[in-house]
Amino acid sequence: MELTYTPEEQEFRTEARAFIAENLPPALAAKVKGGKRLSKADYELWHARLQTRNWLAWHWPVEYGGPGWTPVQKHIFDEEMIAAGAPRIIPFGVNMLGPVLIRFGTPEQKAHWLPRILSGEDWWCQGYSEPGSGSDLASLRTRAVRHGGHYIVNGQKTWTTLGHHANMMFCLVRTDPDAKPQEGISFLLIDMTSPGIEVRPIVTLDGEHEVNEVFLTDVRVPVENLVGEENKGWTCAKYLLGFERTGIAGVAFSKAAFSHLKRVARETRKDGRPLADDPLFAARMARLEIDLMAMDIFNLRMIAAAAQGHAPGPEASLLKIKGTEVRQEASDLIRRALGPYAMPFLPEALDEGWNGEPVGPGYANPAASQYFNLRKSSIYGGSNEIQKNIYAKLALGL
Amino acid sequence: MDFTLSEERRMLADTAARFLADRYDIATRHRAAAAPEGFDRKLWAEMADLGLIGALVPPEAGGFGGAGEDVALVFEHLGRALVVEPFLASGILGLWPLVRAGESDLVEAVIAGRTLVALAHGEPESRYAVHEVATRANEGDGWRLTGRKSVVINGDSADLLVVSARVSGDLDAPEGLALFLVDPAAPGVTRRGYGTVEGGRAAEITLDSAPARPLGEPGQAFALIEEAIGRGTLALAAEAVGLMEVCKDTTLDYLKTRKQFGKPLGAFQALQHRMVEMVLEIEQARSAVMLAAGTHQADRLTRERNVAAAKHLTGRVGRRVAEEAIQLHGGIAMTWEYPMSHYAKRLVMLDHLLGDTDHHLDRFIRLGREGGAA
Ligand SMILES: Cc1cc2nc3c(=O)[nH]c(=O)nc-3n(C[C@H](O)[C@H](O)[C@H](O)COP(=O)(O)OP(=O)(O)OC[C@H]3O[C@@H](n4cnc5c(N)ncnc54)[C@H](O)[C@@H]3O)c2cc1C
Repeated sequence: MELTYTPEEQEFRTEARAFIAENLPPALAAKVKGGKRLSKADYELWHARLQTRNWLAWHWPVEYGGPGWTPVQKHIFDEEMIAAGAPRIIPFGVNMLGPVLIRFGTPEQKAHWLPRILSGEDWWCQGYSEPGSGSDLASLRTRAVRHGGHYIVNGQKTWTTLGHHANMMFCLVRTDPDAKPQEGISFLLIDMTSPGIEVRPIVTLDGEHEVNEVFLTDVRVPVENLVGEENKGWTCAKYLLGFERTGIAGVAFSKAAFSHLKRVARETRKDGRPLADDPLFAARMARLEIDLMAMDIFNLRMIAAAAQGHAPGPEASLLKIKGTEVRQEASDLIRRALGPYAMPFLPEALDEGWNGEPVGPGYANPAASQYFNLRKSSIYGGSNEIQKNIYAKLALGL
Repeated sequence: MDFTLSEERRMLADTAARFLADRYDIATRHRAAAAPEGFDRKLWAEMADLGLIGALVPPEAGGFGGAGEDVALVFEHLGRALVVEPFLASGILGLWPLVRAGESDLVEAVIAGRTLVALAHGEPESRYAVHEVATRANEGDGWRLTGRKSVVINGDSADLLVVSARVSGDLDAPEGLALFLVDPAAPGVTRRGYGTVEGGRAAEITLDSAPARPLGEPGQAFALIEEAIGRGTLALAAEAVGLMEVCKDTTLDYLKTRKQFGKPLGAFQALQHRMVEMVLEIEQARSAVMLAAGTHQADRLTRERNVAAAKHLTGRVGRRVAEEAIQLHGGIAMTWEYPMSHYAKRLVMLDHLLGDTDHHLDRFIRLGREGGAA
């Protein structure tokens, strides 16, 4: 067993760190670390900076513009990026659609869409879920009927993350209502500026606008925008979910949250001493740290297996469950650490350029709403219950 | 043993339940929370007329209840309706010191809903400690207070502040504390009001030689402060039970109606067990609140230890119920539009008021030692 990084990997970490230091504007890092709202332009800027070195599309082969990194390199870069306070990479185009097109797209589709993902010309959103189809995605009902050179699409998508920024949506639609649920679904690329599309905001419990409903009424989609074969969209959908799940454990985010927690617990006082010295709170922090250390190794074991060419197996489900639980726990402890100062909430203080007087320590304001926002992580990307079903069936044979 | 409610309390419960069911739906609640003061003065007056504030005060002080059971009963109903009106601030924390100091005119005005009172006790560094007070009181030409009070619930709209301050002793000594009445409009008082994350209001209050009138004998107020906070803590634990009941009922309904994979979610055994665990934990929490309510007139150690137990358990169970309720719903409970998400938020945030689960665990242990329990 060898638990350390090779000299080459350590060198790569240094290079990654230097690149990030040079390219990540300090004001943007401060926004991310301060829990402020990020604009579309913030994400676009960071994507563009990464793309200057072909470092945006980690999962793409080199010939399509990927960096050619090993799984370990991806992991290292991810850790460095998050620790430095970079915005997350918006996954929909780069990490979800890209791999699907590379695997299932026609040469024309690849030549057209892939460069536009890299350049940021298109912002993609994911049109999978519907009001009646969440965990049971295959029951989706948005209907596409072919008329000559177009599909006419009618239906409703929901929970569409950042759909209000998107000009394109990859969408699962039903093309054969008579087939078995999984066999009548197709994968379509839909222009969000088409007539018949309406995007309505959904405000989440933290008061923020991140997700949307998308209504489609007689939307015309050219048949060239079908990816893979008609009625074989489920294959694309499942392939994509595999990519969605690997990133979702968010080990790097949990590590960043833990170091923030340590700071809060050092600076907050209980009975005249740092909260970090309180035996009860210290025990909570230690339990989290132990979970985090173990999960880090768990994650690296998966990465090492991937480096040897093994496709991620059902263990990805375990990692997703544990990863989201640990991240939620970290946000719980940060909120808890702040004591009464977790209560005040000034929504305007999340805006860029707000320079009013905070209530309590400057980092207190977003803590509780981040805790509530993160409840989503055990719901989306295949809920933690669905992950357990998958593991029970595929790995345990139950 | 008799766990049933007395006739008077049953009537009180019916009155509260009927009024809240008829007049206080979630839209009303959101409107009240969004108003500048964070609540609706008109509804507040109506609730006062119904006797919901008077029920928190003993008959000898002009109310018609005031026992632990009354406090628990009223607050469980307030929790069920997610009421944002200032019952904690003006019905308990600010009012109780007035009751105990025999300020009968003020008590009457507060019970009638005419005067709004808030307790300004917590400070930027004191976290949840009851005895840690840095604000100083000096006597010269009358009493004057100097210091900072933080996260004063409804402190921004209170007509009258009850403020704790130190006349002598170290920062964390229980001896040397005093309570004062402060007019928020007086020179030397600055208030900064703001919203709280779950829809309430609070204020940071700065006192700079602010004129004040003592309540009771300055230097002897620790017992009274502890009593007021203990009462408030009982109230919050009971409110938590009301919130939990709604989270549970809503989740149960949803599991019966929402279908995935061709069946109601409630058909999945994994979710059935989670639901049963939720109910079981809530029964535990409710039982702890009943114990604390029923022993609220007992000696200090019994009273405070049982209150600490109730707040600890409702904090622990409350977080779990809130998180489970959201999780078992899926995405829908992540939305602002879904009423239950606001219940879940309040339930989690109750842990930040008057001491969290760790604070009360610690207190439970210490009070046990003081009383000679192993
Ligand atoms: C913030 C947020 C962002 C999202 N972004 C997107 C997006 O960009 N694009 C997109 O397409 N979707 C998105 N989603 C949707 C997400 O994928 C769904 O919420 C998820 O699939 C769960 O579906 P549901 O919410 O309908 O819950 P349901 O499927 O109704 O599930 C409710 C509960 O029942 C459980 N459950 C369901 N079936 C079973 C079973 N068989 N056994 C045991 N338990 C079960 C679930 O785990 C959950 O706890 C997002 C969701 C959220 C909250």
